[in-house]
Amino acid sequence: MQHIVIIGNGIAGITTARHLRKLSSDKITVISAETDHFFSRTALMYIFMGHMKYEHTKPYEDWFWEKNKIELKRAYVKAVDVESNRLAFQDGSTMTYDKLVIATGSKPNKFGWPGQDLKGVQGLYSYQDLELMESNTKGIRRAVVVGGGLIGIEMAEMLLSRNIPVTFLVREKSFWNNVLPAEESAMINRHIHEHGVDLRLNTELDEILADDTGRVKAVRTKEGQLIDCQFVGLTAGVSPNVEFLKSSGIELNRGVLVDEYLRTNMNNVFAAGDCAEFRKPIGERKSIEQVWYTGRMMGEALGRTLAGKPTAYKPGHWFNSAKFFDIEYQTYGWVWPEKKADESEFYWEHSKGKICLRLRWKSSNGQLVGVNNFGFRLRHQAFDKWFKEEKTVHYVLEHLRDANFDPEFYRQHEEEIIARFNAENGTQLKLRKKSWQRILQLVS
Amino acid sequence: MSAADPSLSIANPHPHKTDAIQKAGLALAGLGLLTLFLAWGNVPLPKTLSLAFALGGIIFGTTLYSWRLYMKQPEGVKNNGVMFKSLTSRGVLGWVAGVVLTAFYVLIYWYPEYLGYKPGGANEGFVALFDPLSRFFKGKPASQWFLYGTLYTVSILALGIKFLFKYRHNAYQIKRTLVVIAAQLFLAYLIPEILAGLNYNDATNPQGEYLGYYDTDIKNTWPLDYDFFYDWHLDAMQQKAYQPVGMLYLVIGIAMFLVFTPVFTYFFGKRWYCSWVCGCGGLAETAGDPFRHLSSKKLSAWKLERWLIHGVMIFVFVMTAATLYGYFWNTGEVFGLNIYNNFQKPYGFLIGATFSGVIGVGFYPMLGSRVWCRFGCPMAGYMGIIQRFKSRFRITTNGGQCISCGNCSTYCEQGIDVRWYAQRGQNIVRASCVGCGICSAVCPRGVLKLENGPDEKRMDAPAIIVGNDSVSLNQ
Repeated sequence: MQHIVIIGNGIAGITTARHLRKLSSDKITVISAETDHFFSRTALMYIFMGHMKYEHTKPYEDWFWEKNKIELKRAYVKAVDVESNRLAFQDGSTMTYDKLVIATGSKPNKFGWPGQDLKGVQGLYSYQDLELMESNTKGIRRAVVVGGGLIGIEMAEMLLSRNIPVTFLVREKSFWNNVLPAEESAMINRHIHEHGVDLRLNTELDEILADDTGRVKAVRTKEGQLIDCQFVGLTAGVSPNVEFLKSSGIELNRGVLVDEYLRTNMNNVFAAGDCAEFRKPIGERKSIEQVWYTGRMMGEALGRTLAGKPTAYKPGHWFNSAKFFDIEYQTYGWVWPEKKADESEFYWEHSKGKICLRLRWKSSNGQLVGVNNFGFRLRHQAFDKWFKEEKTVHYVLEHLRDANFDPEFYRQHEEEIIARFNAENGTQLKLRKKSWQRILQLVS
Repeated sequence: MSAADPSLSIANPHPHKTDAIQKAGLALAGLGLLTLFLAWGNVPLPKTLSLAFALGGIIFGTTLYSWRLYMKQPEGVKNNGVMFKSLTSRGVLGWVAGVVLTAFYVLIYWYPEYLGYKPGGANEGFVALFDPLSRFFKGKPASQWFLYGTLYTVSILALGIKFLFKYRHNAYQIKRTLVVIAAQLFLAYLIPEILAGLNYNDATNPQGEYLGYYDTDIKNTWPLDYDFFYDWHLDAMQQKAYQPVGMLYLVIGIAMFLVFTPVFTYFFGKRWYCSWVCGCGGLAETAGDPFRHLSSKKLSAWKLERWLIHGVMIFVFVMTAATLYGYFWNTGEVFGLNIYNNFQKPYGFLIGATFSGVIGVGFYPMLGSRVWCRFGCPMAGYMGIIQRFKSRFRITTNGGQCISCGNCSTYCEQGIDVRWYAQRGQNIVRASCVGCGICSAVCPRGVLKLENGPDEKRMDAPAIIVGNDSVSLNQ
């Protein structure tokens, strides 16, 4: 019986452990310095906002681990000795492994801003960050959030839920426009305003200023504007949490370098999730994927590999989701901020400005390449299958009702969407009725 | 360098502060409640006027408060602070509310005299306050049950309106709540009172002879309405003076159980009843909404649930079988056991009063709003079996989009660990799901959809979650 040790109890590490356990009776140990049990990192914001308590964010009850013979160890791994297959913990103890999985996730980026380590200045990634945020925001009058991405807007929402006014500094000229096309980005700008956030676009942080006690008292922007605040959230992305491997001999770049089997340069050491960096990016994906879903899928593949069924990480068509205050966002396939030269596109926005749809397709043959939907829900299975079957944008529009995933009785917009498309493209597309027969075929 | 920015905020950064309009609404509702208590304490008030003020104040005050509270915020999920508030997180206010509610139910069921109910003479106090309304409907003084029915309906109406504002972005919630309010107001309250007023029920003939009472809430179906087949109930429905209404209720009552319930549950799941028309469900979805997250999600709770709900269901079947045997064979005993003492009385006391009333509602702030519906209701048990094995209803999981955040499970009033299914890409088909739709509403990633469709493959667990091509089925 081998001993398989997984460092990190996030979605990548835990999924690896679960899938390995399904196929093997090896000894499995999951190590975490963060929490005793697996919790959903994406739910941290809801704990702060009072929607849930920590215990609600645990996807499995505490007895689950013992029942499935997955040993949990609360410890901080200081170093890995790949020669003797041994981990050294902070407290001086050690543990040997036969195979090692590094699934240590990320840490918030800090770009050397003056004052970035002051009291009241922090990022948000871990459970400890959340606890820190709880104490850092006690009794404050204003917060500044720096960085126009997903964690930034979530942090703004968190702070507002506690009635803390927020100034949101975004370097770009529009929110998250390195990912979102202009119209979607503008929609979210408006929605951020609607929630009473002081959104500052085109604004860069220059310096964080301290009071006499070493706590943040203000930030200064590159334009020289001073903004009084008692809390600064640094949310300019995350990077792999791999510092402890620096001298281990495990090959690193920004993350732990792996091949498509998630193998490192050591034949019994693997990496998965946020901290893994692919030597060769897969398709159009980034070499480091910092998404819940990719962490899970890497774990699904790696669990099999470790159980003796070598399985390459082969993600299917890209999908992702987020929620910007009240506006839900889903995306399937590739929708770049700007369409590519060989692509055509269609954009529809509801008159109230909180619902929209963007479709992108290959100009040459009409094959759909990506969809963005905001404010309404689309069926994942439908788009996954339609991409696989290389359906055209015309097919997709005509069958859009099959993909509608909004709750019952919601107003449907397919008629309006297809009418607009026909008007813009001189086509005669006709909306088909929703068909359960087709939907069931999508699912199978 | 400019000084601190002059206008840091664009809109009111404190949208949640209680403003003057909200305070006015709260004050109005509070005065309404106060009037009820004053009446209970026998403070001499003009009855008709103070009853109108009390009920109107509660309804309009709550409406004003919730209109202002929710309409000044952008529409969306409104669960901020649920886990911090004393009332909704088993804090001091939660315990106080739980004790008050429980005590109120104990009084209603077993000590109505303390509410002022005087069956022989003139009512006093709390019950007497409701005399004018009862006289208006049916020309006789109120009972504790008239008081209860009126307050129950007012609660569903007032807090249903609050719920409508809270979920104004969600068409499913709006439709469902309008129906559940209407079902309570008309089917459970107004129609029965009007029928009694027209002497089709609860009437006394010119000779002064009482003609009996039967339940005229058409949707209150056996076995939830456990005394439907009691001899006094069957006799009342066949009472000559009540025809044709009495027989109509008898026929529909039996058809509800035998025909409508299985057919509707096959097509729509048990939600057509539990969260769309049922009175217990109506209260749970409106007054109970702030407590929905308090249900236990543990596997052990699910195990307990299955024993309890099916235990109660068997209890009511056996009790009813004994009752019908007694009715048709005209005997008070079955197998040497007294039907009343050994079957009806224990069921009425333990299940009818203690479980469904005292624990079912009294413990809202402790155990959540669906304790009775989840652990006790035999009607829910019956429909649950249909829903689980032969129904078109399911909650569809949207491929691989689940992020395991836990909002769905947390806000499931029935304690279903929705996430457990969603995160493995499996549809949710559970006997206990009442189809309230809140899991779908609070999901931040658009993963859950309640829908009716072909029941083939309805509950298959996918071998692979959509979006990962690492593993193929034939591997």
